[in-house]
Amino acid sequence: MSTAIESTFTLGVPSSTRNLALIRDFVSQVGSQAGFDESELIKLELAVDEACTNVIKHAYGYDTTREVTIRAIFDDEELRLQIVDNGLGFDPEIVKAEDIKQLISEGKTGGLGMQLMKLLMDEVHYEISPGQKNELIMTKKIIKKLV
Amino acid sequence: MPNPFTIHRSCQEGIVIVSVEGYLDAHTAPKFEETIQLEIDQGHVRIIVDCEKLTYISSAGLGVFMGFIEEVREKDGDIKICGLEPKVKQIFDILHFETIYDILSDIPSTILRFAEVPVRKD
Repeated sequence: MSTAIESTFTLGVPSSTRNLALIRDFVSQVGSQAGFDESELIKLELAVDEACTNVIKHAYGYDTTREVTIRAIFDDEELRLQIVDNGLGFDPEIVKAEDIKQLISEGKTGGLGMQLMKLLMDEVHYEISPGQKNELIMTKKIIKKLV
Repeated sequence: MPNPFTIHRSCQEGIVIVSVEGYLDAHTAPKFEETIQLEIDQGHVRIIVDCEKLTYISSAGLGVFMGFIEEVREKDGDIKICGLEPKVKQIFDILHFETIYDILSDIPSTILRFAEVPVRKD
């Protein structure tokens, strides 16, 4: 990130798929304020949706009493999205990149969310401390449009 | 809060048209999955998913398309998709869904496609 002033927004919600729409609204509003256009906003929403769905399903096993935290930080160069949970961690390296033909022939649809995150964002990485804190950090550059 | 996801079903020329409205994410995808499963269980394997009023889709929704396609094609049917608005279509494009599914602009052209290519084999 540059030395420009950062803006930080945080949303904490119960770990339920019911809250995914609310999470997407939050990301869209912050993304819009950061300067992303509509076609980019849906990509940001989708990347965060996929990350939070993974937390709800895999880290918390659909336990709706837990919390997912979404932190969005941006300056004039990039937007950083952090998804934080304290559920079961996992090794992101075990998720292989496969195209949809392979996934269909293998009869599985898991791993698609992870692939989408990598395709939609400029950078995706995890910091995992099982049982304590898992943090997924995704970054997207802000492309300035010439007026 | 209005219902975030609704499904309307109709039938034309022996083809089931499932029109989806609202958003398809991990919360709403089970309803979509149940609908498609019910059609297949009843022997209806020629299915158009009309997405004209679909505003958003995540991998949970895309996974429903992927989960049934082999089964319907084995039964000489197909799932074809139509009416995607550009914002939503770009999500299908990112994953190259067009390499697996017929994606058309509207219901009439999709019905025509069913007449030309009832089952996509590639």
